[in-house]
Amino acid sequence: MGAHGPAKGLTRWLFTTNHKDIGTMYLWFSFAMFLLGGSFAMIIRAELFQPGLQIVEPEFFNQMTTMHGLVMVFGAIMPAFVGLANWMIPLMIGAPDMALPRMNNWSFWILPPAFALLASTLFMEGGGPNFGWTFYAPLSTTYAPPSVTYFIFGVHIMGLSSIMGAINIIATIVNMRAPGMTYMKMPLFVWTWLITAFLLVAVMPVLAGAVTMMLMDIHFGTSFFSAAGGGDPVLFQHVFWFFGHPEVYIIILPGFGVVSQIIPTFSRKPLFGYDSMVYATASIAFLSFIVWAHHMYTVGMPIAGELFFMYATMLIAVPTAAKVFNWITTMFKGSLTFETPMLFSIAFVFLFTVGGFSGLMLAIAPADFQYHDTYFVVAHFHYTMVAGAIFSMSAAVYYWLPKWTGKMYNETMGKTHFWVSFVGFNLTFFPQHFVGLAGMPRRIPDYNLMFADFNMMSSIGAFIYGASQLLFLFNVVRTITHGEKIDDPKVWDGAHGLEWTVPTPAPYHTFTTPPDVKEVEAHG
Amino acid sequence: MAERTDKGIFYTAAKLMAVCVAMFAFVFVVMVPLYNVLCDVLGINGKTGGRYEVTENIIDTSRTVKVQFVANFNEQMPWEFKPNTTVVKVHPGEATNITYFARNTQPRDMVAQAIPSVVPSRAAEYFHKTECFCFNRQPLVAGGEADLGLQFIVDPDLPKDIHTITLSYTIFDVTEMAQPQSDSVAAR
Repeated sequence: MGAHGPAKGLTRWLFTTNHKDIGTMYLWFSFAMFLLGGSFAMIIRAELFQPGLQIVEPEFFNQMTTMHGLVMVFGAIMPAFVGLANWMIPLMIGAPDMALPRMNNWSFWILPPAFALLASTLFMEGGGPNFGWTFYAPLSTTYAPPSVTYFIFGVHIMGLSSIMGAINIIATIVNMRAPGMTYMKMPLFVWTWLITAFLLVAVMPVLAGAVTMMLMDIHFGTSFFSAAGGGDPVLFQHVFWFFGHPEVYIIILPGFGVVSQIIPTFSRKPLFGYDSMVYATASIAFLSFIVWAHHMYTVGMPIAGELFFMYATMLIAVPTAAKVFNWITTMFKGSLTFETPMLFSIAFVFLFTVGGFSGLMLAIAPADFQYHDTYFVVAHFHYTMVAGAIFSMSAAVYYWLPKWTGKMYNETMGKTHFWVSFVGFNLTFFPQHFVGLAGMPRRIPDYNLMFADFNMMSSIGAFIYGASQLLFLFNVVRTITHGEKIDDPKVWDGAHGLEWTVPTPAPYHTFTTPPDVKEVEAHG
Repeated sequence: MAERTDKGIFYTAAKLMAVCVAMFAFVFVVMVPLYNVLCDVLGINGKTGGRYEVTENIIDTSRTVKVQFVANFNEQMPWEFKPNTTVVKVHPGEATNITYFARNTQPRDMVAQAIPSVVPSRAAEYFHKTECFCFNRQPLVAGGEADLGLQFIVDPDLPKDIHTITLSYTIFDVTEMAQPQSDSVAAR
């Protein structure tokens, strides 16, 4: 490859095999999905603003909760981190591109059709998927709308895309590291993505298997999940959560990686306990395979099963706590400054820990019988998904945007985005702990009058949080068009790592000759 | 791209694709059968086993176990379906016959499948059926009725603290499923 620049016109994006182009497309696609899934959430919160049914029909409400979950998990969060991996992993390990650039192009370009297919079900007869993002059988088989077949096909394509992305990431990290970049010198973002990619390779085929069984039950007369034919609906929940629990770590581990890059930069100290971070991540990934039934305490498991899954789940708190300890200790006695990425990262540590604690409460099998399927669960997983994945993603965008564009974002606007998000987020989800503990069930368009005040607070918070994301979009677009130009390769004075040794903005081709890693500290 | 790594990339990608294929197969050839085997062996979900072959004939007259019979309907299954006997007292090891009554209330021929479940689920593995209408699909013509037989043995090894066993049958409308042929299914 010569030192030529990108091709011109639309075909540049259609045919590109450049990791930076593909990363950029993933990031914009995921942001579009974030707005789509967010607008579904706005409909949900508008309906729940007051008790009673005012805005949408219950059937449509069910489609909104389902599509919100599906679009956010598979369309917003996962592609966002894959985009980040595409952009940053080659830069961080000193590779010229991803290992399998053509497959990389394909794994992105099958995503928009998959989501077009999924979104189109909303306009079909009988409506879109209405069975919750967990699509439990028989809701998703016997009682599903006819559009479920499109949903199944969409999930197959998304799974294929994720698997190809994961294979590409592993192949890149294993084979393309610059000389001297040993595994234990890799930046933590690379480490967490390596482990995440292994999780993806292991469990996305299980998801594909689950939806394939649904397809066969619906169209080919099998009875995997139908008791009448000798099957069992509970089997679906086992298969789904065998995928589903590793999936939640697929979502959060890259976020762990991001804050492990950012906190050392703005603390002007190396990351505390690098080795323990790596081992903790690996432990979490391993444990994620043996805890799935904690989502199913109420299905009627034997007591030995409940105890096993309870203890195994609580064990996850140990490596997670090691990580939180390391982040805090990295900040301890550091020369801290609070630029926008750092604010989001500190909020991540704080709020993710809140989500972790409510997770511990949910892990307790006897207590879970009360919490199960209430808003307490909703509050818990939004503390991990939004304050975990989305906050770390926002932090990542602010942190690396100057490197990507060669322009500085508006710090005041960034900080405003942070504080409005922070307040909006907590206003939305903290009250949901209370209504959940008091017994408000999730996925229901109406509720008891006694939950009215907290729900109104939740809805107002959601509108605030939603609006603040438009400010984020504006800030990013304005940076690209009118941002103040910078050309310091380092951008942040406390930053370490190979990505800060290339010029700013990062040229179209980087590391065509491998860098000498010994000269720079590879990780912070 | 550096040539030095092309071979390595190929092998890594090939291995990972093999893992994907293996995990997809794992769902069908391991998870599903394993789940069914575990449920059978451990009696999880109150699933009872298939046809039981009598191996020894010891009747433990020192114990009496109460067995209760319940009937349930899936969705809008329109049949009349109820046990003719709701409670029997049996000695472990003793073969007992009871019947359920079923009547097709509809003006069309239908096929039903009864699915058993035992409470407490710990008792499921000690509750043996030597004959059961649940082993086969049950067709009834429009308006037809039948007494459906069940012969069972409570295992003498039933844990001592279990004094009452409840056997429930949920009846499913499988008319559509049975269209091609109405042979037996492996009832669990």
